[in-house]
Amino acid sequence: MYDPTVARLTYRALLGRRRALILGALPLLLIAISVVVRGLAGADDQTASDLLGGLALATMVPIIGVIAGTGAIGPEIDDGSVVYLLSKPVKRPTIIFTKLIVAIAVTMVFSAVPTFIAGFILNGNGQQIAVAYTVAALVASIAYAAIFLLLGTVSRHAVVFGLVYALVWEALFGSLVSGARTLSVQQWSLAVAHKVAGGDLVTSDVGLTTATILLAVVTVLATWYAGQKLRTLTLAGEE
Amino acid sequence: MAVEQPLQVSPSGEQTRIHNIGYRTYDGPRLGRAYARRSLYSQSLRGAYGLGRSVKSKVLPMLLFVVMCVPAAIMVAVAVATKAKDLPVDYTRYAIIMQAVISLYVASQAPQSVSRDLRFKTVPLYFSRPIETADYVRAKYAALASAMFILTAAPLLVLYVGALLAKLDFADHTKGFAQGLVSVALLSLLFAGLGLVIASVTPRRGFGIAAVIAVLTISYGAVSTLQAIADAQSLGDGQGSAGAITWIGLFSPVTLIDGLQSAFLGAKSAFPGGVGPTNGEGVVYVLVTLGLIAAAYGLLMRRYRKVGL
Repeated sequence: MYDPTVARLTYRALLGRRRALILGALPLLLIAISVVVRGLAGADDQTASDLLGGLALATMVPIIGVIAGTGAIGPEIDDGSVVYLLSKPVKRPTIIFTKLIVAIAVTMVFSAVPTFIAGFILNGNGQQIAVAYTVAALVASIAYAAIFLLLGTVSRHAVVFGLVYALVWEALFGSLVSGARTLSVQQWSLAVAHKVAGGDLVTSDVGLTTATILLAVVTVLATWYAGQKLRTLTLAGEE
Repeated sequence: MAVEQPLQVSPSGEQTRIHNIGYRTYDGPRLGRAYARRSLYSQSLRGAYGLGRSVKSKVLPMLLFVVMCVPAAIMVAVAVATKAKDLPVDYTRYAIIMQAVISLYVASQAPQSVSRDLRFKTVPLYFSRPIETADYVRAKYAALASAMFILTAAPLLVLYVGALLAKLDFADHTKGFAQGLVSVALLSLLFAGLGLVIASVTPRRGFGIAAVIAVLTISYGAVSTLQAIADAQSLGDGQGSAGAITWIGLFSPVTLIDGLQSAFLGAKSAFPGGVGPTNGEGVVYVLVTLGLIAAAYGLLMRRYRKVGL
């Protein structure tokens, strides 16, 4: 199910020089902001929770997920070079699975690790906040990578649709319509974080059982369907 | 065979002749640089809404345009139906509320405008026409800024017409509408400049979209988080540190426009605590905004001074 060559190529495509720059800039910004906030406000649990929840989990993880998830397959389909990969005797689901693993790993490294560091800077893991949000970022990385990898195989405008989901659906509709929050990766991962932190600082609108089931179902379904999509891929010309 | 040919041909000199195959020189009117620049402008502007392109590429810009206008139409309908005294939202506030849609528009259309030229290496073809670097940059910049102005001004127009239909105060609303137009014009110039500078660096459309949206939303997220913390701090220790909130606002495009319009265009600030910059601080906001627009233009000129194959 895992092909090292495909993985190596995907890593190189994802962490080419400019991509690595922007992927690295976001975590650095988060850490810089946490240092500033710690300097201004001192260690405060509520502040740490707001910053990690509002900036790291709500904005940074989805954006890195979009870049890594769609970037793992989108450009190859876009410029047509995916046919050279598909013509090799490697199963299509294997290709998807390998690319998913790489996308998850990249998203985790660039989002969960800085979240953990920022959490420690902000309040030294008081009330398990740093660990809770790191777990949330890890869980969200898996689901986001799977969803956005599927989008990358389905549409040529995967990045836009991914961002529409992450910014409009989760942020805008999520804050207006409470029902939309049940269908949001962010809330599912927050439910897991709530379990880890235990206190009232990290809350979610979704129960832990529902969240876990939905996370697993979405990840597996998205990966399976992406594999199916790749089996019948038609290469369209540039519009 | 081709190698042997000269040997056969060379002795028979009288058989060679030059055929007239009808090449003509062009002696019609030459439309020149201004015309080329105008064409590039209008084509880029049409392209920003997918006109003259495939159906698929019309979907997104048109959808975002509709999403921008529908809330305005609903507000107007409610105001007319309930005979309200005033519209539920200020003209200047509308763009701030809908900033996610505006960001998505500029993120999707800025790379569409310049990245594809880079990727398919058509930029040298443009420069083989009479236009020069400045013309290309101005045409593209003006086209995207106009497209964004249409996107942001259309809902304001809906609000204004609705306000007049609902027989609200004419003078008051004309003033608000004018202030709103100035604000969205600045916003369009600023966002279009930022979007084009980022998009012109990468030939990959998808990556350009992600980069533009990352710059716009992360900077806004960071700034509003820091402002909220500064606000909580000033409430906590009882002394007004509204100054910190104001200066932090300089670091993201949306809060920049927000601060500018609450200082000079009579808008209520969306900053936490509702404290906008004073007139003195507002001058800094204007300078930074104009500086960013000029810097975007300068960077684009620099970027296109030399575009290799």
